[in-house]
Amino acid sequence: MIFLQLFYVFSKIGIFNFGGGYAMLSLIQDEVVNKYHWLTVKEFTDIVAVSQSTPGPIGINCATYTGYTAVIHAGFPVWAAVLGAVLASLSVIWLPFILMVSISRFLIKHGRSKVSNDIFGSLRPTIVGLLLAAALMLMSKENFGSPTESPFVFTLSVVIFLFAFVGTRLYKIHPILMILLCGLVGLMVY
Amino acid sequence: MGICTEMFLTFAKIGSFTLGGGYAMVQIMEKEVVDKKHWLDKEEFMDTLVVAQSTPGLFAIDMASHIGFKLRGVKGGIVGALAVALPSIISILLIAMFFQSFKNNIYVEKIFMGVRPCVVALILAPCFSMAKKAKLNKYNWWIPLVCALLIVALGVSPIWCILAAGVGGFIYGQLTK
Repeated sequence: MIFLQLFYVFSKIGIFNFGGGYAMLSLIQDEVVNKYHWLTVKEFTDIVAVSQSTPGPIGINCATYTGYTAVIHAGFPVWAAVLGAVLASLSVIWLPFILMVSISRFLIKHGRSKVSNDIFGSLRPTIVGLLLAAALMLMSKENFGSPTESPFVFTLSVVIFLFAFVGTRLYKIHPILMILLCGLVGLMVY
Repeated sequence: MGICTEMFLTFAKIGSFTLGGGYAMVQIMEKEVVDKKHWLDKEEFMDTLVVAQSTPGLFAIDMASHIGFKLRGVKGGIVGALAVALPSIISILLIAMFFQSFKNNIYVEKIFMGVRPCVVALILAPCFSMAKKAKLNKYNWWIPLVCALLIVALGVSPIWCILAAGVGGFIYGQLTK
């Protein structure tokens, strides 16, 4: 059952993912955290951090990790979890692959059309919105601490957030370096 | 060495050496596929980029399957796509196994307490560069805002936003013809 669900969910995530890995995050979050509860908000944020610092596309990384974790949480042994991880990863790929090959065929012959330009003209701004939603939904008590219960953690989290935002946007600090830096701060301060 | 083996090795290499996702891969891919192997010329590579950007699915996987398909048909496409994905699947599997036993470790938790706000910033940051690429202007600036509001405040699935945007764009195009 869990395997069927993984296959269904990640096939869906694969086919509705326009605009690359980051745009995929709000889709993954919606299904994996909100609907199926395979991961907590914390776990989801952690896996994004891990994906950022390991090779490969972020969507595959998320799928592999979620597949493994979901199957383990469901009480299966490790070999089944490995199977779940591979299944989830391949589920993300197969539908876009078929579509991509058909489109390649078509585009090699015909080039771009006005209709596709119209559709993508409104899809692109939507993707910016998806990204914004993913970021907003992660600004939660789980990730930042609560201002009333743990004011110190909350304040420091906000400072780290601003520092990371300004550092990567304005000073073009590499994301991986940023993650390492913030991890070091956490280790030393908390 | 057959072309499929060569392609597998090249794309596996591209998959293992790109940190931080799809777009970081483009430069490395161009170097390998265009400059070194001469599988595509520069213009073909740019065309492939546009196709990969405008179709669903992971950018890097799309690129690899398109290039593989161009060289050796469906079989080539499968080899390319799997080769890019494989290093990522293996490395995350190892981490997932490791992480399950270490995530309750106090030091790991401390590190991630620092990392989590940083990740949120890293997700928010490309919003602005993407807004530029998406050609946001005074006519369509509301689209991302409404879409984010629907998802966050009303719990609408992002899938509906994508579908609505596609259909909306199509209808708008027909009306303004």
